Amino acid sequence: MTADPGTEGGASAWRRISAALRARPGRGQVVAGLLCGALAFAVVAQAHTTARGSGVSAARTQDLLTILSDLQGRADRLRSQVSDLQLTQARLSGGGANTQAALAEARSRAQTLGILTGTVAARGPGVVLTISDPRHAVHADVLVDAIEELRDAGAEALQLSGVRVVASTALVDADGGVSIDGHQVNAPYRLVAIGDARTLSSALGIPGGVVDSVQALSGAQATVVASPSVSVTALRPLSTPRYARPAASPSPR
Amino acid sequence: MIVLLAVVAGVVAGLVLQPTVPLDLQPYLPIAVVAALDALFGGVRAWLEQIFDDKVFVVSFVGNVLVASLIVYLGDKLGVGGELSTSIVVVLGIRIFSNAAAIRRRLFRA
Repeated sequence: MTADPGTEGGASAWRRISAALRARPGRGQVVAGLLCGALAFAVVAQAHTTARGSGVSAARTQDLLTILSDLQGRADRLRSQVSDLQLTQARLSGGGANTQAALAEARSRAQTLGILTGTVAARGPGVVLTISDPRHAVHADVLVDAIEELRDAGAEALQLSGVRVVASTALVDADGGVSIDGHQVNAPYRLVAIGDARTLSSALGIPGGVVDSVQALSGAQATVVASPSVSVTALRPLSTPRYARPAASPSPR
Repeated sequence: MIVLLAVVAGVVAGLVLQPTVPLDLQPYLPIAVVAALDALFGGVRAWLEQIFDDKVFVVSFVGNVLVASLIVYLGDKLGVGGELSTSIVVVLGIRIFSNAAAIRRRLFRA
């Protein structure tokens, strides 16, 4: 550092800089240079560290604690959100499954009830009992016996000469035939029953049973034909009950 | 001249060696760098005003760095390390700016 005794001012300052750049280094300048070199090295190292690290490794304990509690609070919030959403998801999917199951259950119940009340056509294994009665010897009680016998044997759907037979069906003797729920039916009577075909036919054919008692009448003939597939196609209009209302039942089924 | 050479050598060494700042030094190095920069600007200003002295420069350089690091260390122990670091940076930054303004006036007359 040669002290150039130039005049005060910008020009002399620039002259001094160029002179210093050309000057021979003294001992003090070496020390100052070393310090400046160390400073440059430190700056580069620090910049490098800052650029590489996420800043967490250089943070103080307090800052780390703050960051940690922040993250913990955030994690807690997110976790509660996750459980909320999981709950919603479970409710929604469970609700969907329940709806589906309820719908399928309701459909199958409607089918079952429709077969029982005669509002739905039915098909399945069963028997066809044909009673010919040229002399009008067969009366309603014989037919009622036959129906009861078939019901006892497990018949699920019944049809007598084109009229569906349900729980409330009434058979009354009429001129030259039988009146079923107001429908006049004449011989030959054709009773179709859906159920286990073997059980039904053996129930009809037991000694002293329906077939025997029909044969005992004058001129009447009874034939039982078991078939793997018979159809009950006659329907009955559904009557809405006027007085009875559904009440809470102890069991849903 | 030798100062410029030393600066270039330091930058090159930093880039080549890719040094990792030790964990214990990490809170102090930025503050020390700022303090050293303050001493450097003060030295340049003094040199332009023809009152530069090698010994003063070295002592102020080392002293600045040591004091700054000490203050930060003390602040860490007292639990106000972050705030003290900020205050040091502010104070030294103001000094650097005033020194830079003096240098600018001397060099450019503005």
